[in-house]
Amino acid sequence: MWQFFHKLGSPKWFFGISARFMPWLLAGGVLLLMAGVVWGLAFAPKDYLQGNSYRIIFIHVPTAFMAQSIYIMMASAAVVTLVWRMKLADVFVKAVAPVGLVLTFLALFTGAVWGKPTWGTWWIWDARLTSMLILLFLYGGVIALDRAINDEKSAARAVAVLVLVGVVNIPIIKYSVEWWNTLHQPASFKLTEKPTMPPEMWVPLLLSVLGLYLIFGWLACIRMQTEILSREQRTRWVKEFVMRGRS
Amino acid sequence: MHPIRKKRLTIVLFLLAGLSIAVALTTYALRQNINLFYDPSQITAGEAPLDVRIRAGGMVEEGSVKRDSESLKVEFLVTDFNASVPVEYVGILPDLFAEGQGIVAMGKLNSEGRFVADQILAKHDENYMPPEVADALEKASLTGEQSMPGSAQPATN
Repeated sequence: MWQFFHKLGSPKWFFGISARFMPWLLAGGVLLLMAGVVWGLAFAPKDYLQGNSYRIIFIHVPTAFMAQSIYIMMASAAVVTLVWRMKLADVFVKAVAPVGLVLTFLALFTGAVWGKPTWGTWWIWDARLTSMLILLFLYGGVIALDRAINDEKSAARAVAVLVLVGVVNIPIIKYSVEWWNTLHQPASFKLTEKPTMPPEMWVPLLLSVLGLYLIFGWLACIRMQTEILSREQRTRWVKEFVMRGRS
Repeated sequence: MHPIRKKRLTIVLFLLAGLSIAVALTTYALRQNINLFYDPSQITAGEAPLDVRIRAGGMVEEGSVKRDSESLKVEFLVTDFNASVPVEYVGILPDLFAEGQGIVAMGKLNSEGRFVADQILAKHDENYMPPEVADALEKASLTGEQSMPGSAQPATN
């Protein structure tokens, strides 16, 4: 079992294997996301209270869900970096942090656009919104810290510690709406309970979440490949790979 | 597992555990500040300060909304189903404001126990449904069927 785990850490092995399923990730992701968003925006019934403005949920929920999901993946990779010193884990963290930053921003932005007509305000300092803003700053901090340290190994460790420290924010985001009084409503989707919306609303929502997940997988692969190529540019396999591409 | 890695893993786990405890204690100590609003039970129990800008939140009690015919003044009771607090407000209400809906009001509590609001925000709950379903549920409740499947009533929090 450990042997497989260590093989996983080899950048060259990852470079080869990821290229094989990337087209599937992209195709599946685009298909699911398109289906979910088109169904949600055009065909799903409108809400009895909010009318059409609730439809931003089909963009807001996937981005907010992915923003937190990516951070949890980054934290797992950070443990691997700190304990096993595996290069690939660090490559992952660096490759996906900007993706997480953009998705967190989109979640906050779509939330504000929805909040104005629904609540009556763009922004309120409630626990959910504030903890999500902290997540945005954490992503920014991870990117900045990585850029600030030149040495690859010390950057990897410093970034891993920061990512791990920040992971305590994730349960706070998730449970903020239950632990404290907030303006933001509790989750409509729970693993253990029936969704609080009819299937013709939650099925497209689920499709767009899954679609965004797959597209994220593709983005992570392509960004990791770029990072690997630039890091390993002096090794023979990269030189051979580049030469093959030219001829 | 290699002993060095085991040691590093233990350090990482201790770091996480220590950090979680620290954050849990901090947020627990600050819970009154993190809570966005006081609920009516807290206000009637005297936990909310007088003449200080605070927020109060809860449901608009059914049948309690009184609109002034001359001005934009509105009076209503906000309730958490244990206690209710009278709120008065002059201004335009958000679209989602209705009896039985959740709201968060910003303003001051005066010495008579009335909450004078200068801003009212609508709180949306986690339930979504198509208008036809909402109509059907309302008709069903009007014809006297008490036990409705699902929850047409918004949640209490």
